[in-house]
Amino acid sequence: MTQHQPASEKLWSTVIWVLVIFFVINLFAMIASVVVSSFGTRWLGTWLPAGLTTRWYSSAWDEFQLGEVLIVTFQVVGAVVFFCGVLGVPAAYALARRDFPGKNIVMLLLLLPMMAPPITFGIPLATVLYQTGFGGTLSGVILANLVPTVPFVVLIMIPFIEQIDERVEAAARVFGAGTWSLFRYILLPMLAPGILAALLLVLVRTIAMFELTFFTAGPANQTLVVALYYAVNAAGVRAVQSIDAMAVVYMVTTLVWLLIALRFVNPTQIVARAKRSDAH
Amino acid sequence: MAIASREFNELRLDEVSRKFGNLNALNGVNLTIRRGEFIALLGPSGCGKSTALNCLAGLLQLTSGSIWLDDKRIDLLRPEERSFGMVFQNYALFPHMNVRKNIGFGLKMKGETKANTERKIDEALALVRLGAQGEKLPGQLSGGQQQRVAIARAIAIEPPLVLMDEPLSNLDAKLRLEMRAEIRRIHTMLGATTIYVTHDQDEALSLADRIVVMSDGQVRQVGTPEELYARPSRADVAEFMGYRNLIRATASARPDGQMAIMVGGTPVTGHAINVVAGAPAVAAIRPDDLSPHPEGAIIATVESAEYRGRDFYGIAKMESGQELYFRSEDKVSQGETLKLGADPRRVLIYAETAA
Amino acid sequence: MNALTDTFEDGRRAASTQKRPLRMRLAQRGFDGVTLLMLPAVLFVILLFVYPFMYGLFLSFEPKKMATEGIFANYITFFNDPFLFDTIWKTLRLAVPVSILNVALSIPIAMRVRLMRRQRLLTTILVIPITLGTVLIAEGLLNYLGPQGWLNRTLITFHLIDGPIRLVHNYAGVFLSLLISGFPFTFLLTLSYVTGIDPSLEQAASTLGANARARFRYVILPLLAQGLAIAFCLTFVQMFSVFPSAVLLGEPAGSTRVISIAAYVAAFEEYDYSMASAIAMIMGFVQLLIVVLILASRHIFYRGPAGGAKG
Repeated sequence: MTQHQPASEKLWSTVIWVLVIFFVINLFAMIASVVVSSFGTRWLGTWLPAGLTTRWYSSAWDEFQLGEVLIVTFQVVGAVVFFCGVLGVPAAYALARRDFPGKNIVMLLLLLPMMAPPITFGIPLATVLYQTGFGGTLSGVILANLVPTVPFVVLIMIPFIEQIDERVEAAARVFGAGTWSLFRYILLPMLAPGILAALLLVLVRTIAMFELTFFTAGPANQTLVVALYYAVNAAGVRAVQSIDAMAVVYMVTTLVWLLIALRFVNPTQIVARAKRSDAH
Repeated sequence: MAIASREFNELRLDEVSRKFGNLNALNGVNLTIRRGEFIALLGPSGCGKSTALNCLAGLLQLTSGSIWLDDKRIDLLRPEERSFGMVFQNYALFPHMNVRKNIGFGLKMKGETKANTERKIDEALALVRLGAQGEKLPGQLSGGQQQRVAIARAIAIEPPLVLMDEPLSNLDAKLRLEMRAEIRRIHTMLGATTIYVTHDQDEALSLADRIVVMSDGQVRQVGTPEELYARPSRADVAEFMGYRNLIRATASARPDGQMAIMVGGTPVTGHAINVVAGAPAVAAIRPDDLSPHPEGAIIATVESAEYRGRDFYGIAKMESGQELYFRSEDKVSQGETLKLGADPRRVLIYAETAA
Repeated sequence: MNALTDTFEDGRRAASTQKRPLRMRLAQRGFDGVTLLMLPAVLFVILLFVYPFMYGLFLSFEPKKMATEGIFANYITFFNDPFLFDTIWKTLRLAVPVSILNVALSIPIAMRVRLMRRQRLLTTILVIPITLGTVLIAEGLLNYLGPQGWLNRTLITFHLIDGPIRLVHNYAGVFLSLLISGFPFTFLLTLSYVTGIDPSLEQAASTLGANARARFRYVILPLLAQGLAIAFCLTFVQMFSVFPSAVLLGEPAGSTRVISIAAYVAAFEEYDYSMASAIAMIMGFVQLLIVVLILASRHIFYRGPAGGAKG
């Protein structure tokens, strides 16, 4: 496309780039203002704070009991990732390899919790969890977080499994592998990259999952994002910088895992995960 | 290495059928295979030969019928319970395992001891002449080497039966000839009963002890390569075995006991297979056996001809419009009218079937 | 070994009756051990998604005031109390414009970005706000958009405004936060649909004399319509369930009292789970209604593969 472009097309593309750059600048400025604030001493009516300090981090750590919150967060995330793998991967295998009456209904059943916003099903779910005694407990938080993530793993794994040649599995069976050996020696190693990618995405989503955790967590088992919400909501009680310090801790926790995840997946996969799955 | 364990005397397919929806991929197949035989299942694509192989392996289940290894019924066993060796069309090597692990996989599944496994892997590697490649991954091997690994994997478990599904179809022509010889050599050394699926009649003729010709999900003829080459029992089998010229006309008896069909008023004499005088018949002639001859009965005009080394091969059109494939020692040119004839011993005459 | 002898026994029986064992007959219809592997996940979804949803639905018909006002009391209250009923309009007033704006911005940008060779940097940057989530964005925007924030300072420095404009704790704050969190989502989804269109189709159109506008209008847009409809639906559904930013950045008691706030208050402040479920059901129903409307209108457009010969 090196040939002459009409002026109108050039203008059009300039406008588009200005929009994109404007968006990205604002996004980074927003993040930067949180980071700067968390390291600032006094920041009133100026471009930058009067001085730099790290004391907000130690105060945030104590005030918000960040140590405990982080432990809870990783307990929840770890359990969710584990059960997602255990429940999701075998289900994805079944759906990728077998055609059976009612398969469409099963696919729809899995698509719904992933597509429906957590608020919509979160309240009835929280109600049921409180009725059954899971509400406010760590298990309740884990169960609630599994609802959208198990289907997510299933739908992201199906194309991964479909691209494995079925004859490789047939070979394993002919050479004496039962279902368990097939999984252990053939499928698990071959699917490892896909499973890793799916579970990393689950991990990132679970750290950032606010609504379901918010509805089901008690005071003792808040995750980082819920603790952050309470802190921001009660602004005025604590110093703004302290809340910002906590926000930075949250950002770092999330973005580190995001960067790791992006080594294995394409960014568009994070939103366009079910792109082709509805066609099956 | 010998196939001492799990010997059997015969493998029997009893009225084996498999449907896919309304399609009869296998329709009442009966077949008995003796120990140590090399059997080729030959037929055009879609004839059911691969379905038959997959049913034997247990990868497909029968719709009806049964498969027996002596007096043990095996068609209800899962594939992993049958302990057959199989070579897949695209090899289906485990991409994440090196060559040794691939070959040892079946032994590991059988719970073979470590020392035994290693010894058998070494033997299998030596047999397929891949001794030095043991640590490589399948992706690092050439097509021919992958093929050897697939064969080694199939024989390492010392199976009573080795199944091969068009194993040479992914190789180029030169390698195919080479591997064909290898497969024959390994079979001779081990004596393992082998069932080999192919659509290539040359492969079947050169490898097999007996050939099973299939079409439309049914067994059409079982015989030695010589029998099938010289005396196909049906017109469609003949066509598949290289008798490309099928001329349809009414049969008439000849005084010398032979049969003839009338083409444009002149008789074409041949060897009667299953035809009675006065009935509609088909004469089958190989292109190699149909040549210009001063007393040739078939008048045809050359449509095209090409030089293939020693001889010319061409297509000529009869007055009826039918095209015939022929061979000529002398150059022929387009538009030329030829008298084509064949040695009566090389012409087979069949009864015209309804199909 | 047990399984093996079992099958063997089955085999004897089958051989005599000429009927395959149940295991095999089921397997031919696609049910075997492998199919069962999906059962745990399916049971899980039924137990923790379908059942709670049904439970919520029934609970919403068992209002606290059932004795006096009947089973529809919650719904009657919702639609008669402007404080509750207006939440629908307040939510739609946020969700619809933001969704339309997001899709409208995504199309030209995605069309442009797909020509880029190094899309990865931009897509990575845009994934960040999605990953951080709405709570963090709300917190960041409180700083950034506040009266002393960098945005107001910049605008004042360039004399675009005289005094700080109010962008937080009102409609504008929630709108902007939805834009920042929603646009990347819509854009990446749109991009994945746009890149799914075979570029040779556009090249073919250009050899037939179509200019950029005509190519977009007659080739790209019809192929994209289905994807855009889905992108709009998913964006809308997310925007409609706005919650943390409406509380943190908006006026949770006033102009941004969205429907999820009403549901939250009913459930966790008034402990009226029946009412909360009723509101959740209404929320789900409105979402479903809009999605069905959009997807129904999509039947007007071409539906099929966007990749030329290969699907």
